Amino acid sequence: MKIRLLDIAHARSGDKGDTANVGVIALRDEWYPILVRYVTRERVAEHFREVIKGKVERFELPNLFALNFLLHGALGGGGTVTLRTDAQAKVYSSATLRMVFDVPDAEARAAKLPEYRP
Amino acid sequence: MSRVVRIAAGQGFWGDWLEAPRRQVEGGPIDYLMLDYLAEVTMSILQKQMQRDPLAGYARDFITQMEGVLPAVLDARGVRVVANAGGVNPRGCANALLEMARGAAGHEKLRVGVVTGDDLLPRIDELIDAGHAMANMDTGAPLASVRDRVLSANAYVGAPPIIEALDRGANVVVTGRCTDTALILAPLMHEYRWPVDDWDRLASGIVAGHIVECGAQSTGGNCAYDWSTIPDLENIGFPIVEVAEDASFVVTKHPGTGGRVDVHGVTEQLVYEMGDPKQYFTPDVIADFTTIRIAADGKDRVRVFGVHGAPPTDMLKVSIAYRDGYKAVGTLVYAWPDALAKAKEADRIIRARLEKLGLSFDLIYTEYVGATATHGPLAAIPADLPEVQLRIGVRGNDRKAIERFTREIAPLVLTGPPGVTGYAGGRPKIEEVVAYWPALVDKSVIAPSVSILTT
Repeated sequence: MKIRLLDIAHARSGDKGDTANVGVIALRDEWYPILVRYVTRERVAEHFREVIKGKVERFELPNLFALNFLLHGALGGGGTVTLRTDAQAKVYSSATLRMVFDVPDAEARAAKLPEYRP
Repeated sequence: MSRVVRIAAGQGFWGDWLEAPRRQVEGGPIDYLMLDYLAEVTMSILQKQMQRDPLAGYARDFITQMEGVLPAVLDARGVRVVANAGGVNPRGCANALLEMARGAAGHEKLRVGVVTGDDLLPRIDELIDAGHAMANMDTGAPLASVRDRVLSANAYVGAPPIIEALDRGANVVVTGRCTDTALILAPLMHEYRWPVDDWDRLASGIVAGHIVECGAQSTGGNCAYDWSTIPDLENIGFPIVEVAEDASFVVTKHPGTGGRVDVHGVTEQLVYEMGDPKQYFTPDVIADFTTIRIAADGKDRVRVFGVHGAPPTDMLKVSIAYRDGYKAVGTLVYAWPDALAKAKEADRIIRARLEKLGLSFDLIYTEYVGATATHGPLAAIPADLPEVQLRIGVRGNDRKAIERFTREIAPLVLTGPPGVTGYAGGRPKIEEVVAYWPALVDKSVIAPSVSILTT
């Protein structure tokens, strides 16, 4: 089953130098394990492959049902240097939530995940 | 009910809602008002202002805002204010405040604590000579490589000098560069006399500071969770933390204000601008954000507890700003039909003309606002857009080349694709690029000092 991150998580993003941070939080606590399993460092790096220049790091915050991603080389040189509209990584949050990934049907149904039908 | 210290946040950055500080002292009882004005590059802007005018170099909004706050400081309410409004000239800021206050009732009670010692600009050569490389934390390059272009250099100091100012009776504390979180932690340590090595309680104070330092971002502003149901944002309440002696606290806002305080919104703020959550570095303590416990505590109330901390390192972060060339950004708006195709053709033409002129830039960067500016290639672009804004920018060290670029936008109106508008703003403005250089320095070389001034 196709799942879109926007439908199971919310997010906020910010900047530190040329790095964007994206905190991704499960909309329901019980969906946090889905985030851990499917919103991997590799998948997020693949999602942003045409957008960022550096590597991706992932940190887990099970206490907050949240993941924190650092996207390096994400801001065209950083806040004051960049020519981008999104100089401070404010909309990397929603860009992350565009991710769509596959979850086996049985697992998706058991977790009551909303199916994504484009 | 056991004792709590109520600290209100009234400003999340320089340029935040002007009304917020006054609303925080008038909306209900608080003990402290904290005001954060300094972002990473604010110091360089202030340094430039002070070079033009030795009396400037601080956040002038603070003086205006204090007109609305001062009665609460001087009357029976006795609210105390902690602000990093001093920028690169804390003493000038304090003097301007005292000047403004002189006509006010009870002004003789005003005691302004001034924290200085964070400014390393006059000491850079001495520090480099003494072996403090202040290497760029991202690239590893030594500061010496950009030494002649440095505009400002400030160490992030922690809570101790603010505590000292409060201990000495200051009812307004004005600092230069300090950590945003120290503006919250210091009043708590002053009130509760927590030992300086009580890492868990200190870490909890840091978490409280992190939650409120961006103002209304913890009370419903910029909140992605169910955003359209957040009530009355035009009347948004800024955050207040009610901190107990054990350092657990409740995040809330004044009754009757708009916005929303709930677990989802506070969690969004907790993960904002986060690095490794196990190691949230401050000069006072390292907070472990993976130990935070958070729970709903009634309407517009969220309880935070259980935070653990560890001893800080021997280093302080230094925020350095240096000149790094110039940039300019120009825009034109193209209308239906074929809006995006026309904007792309205009971009091609500008680039071809710049190339023919033999101008070189470090970067020419184009966005199509309405199609690619926010999510780039991740967004599918709908056919038949009603309009697209061409937004083209250049960056480089050759000011003349940048200047020539600014004259290549308007000609497109008569020499390029049709259906173009939105050029009334005139030629793009040339901006000096101020780049950011994060570094570390030994704590031992920074000795903040505190003085108390009165009217």
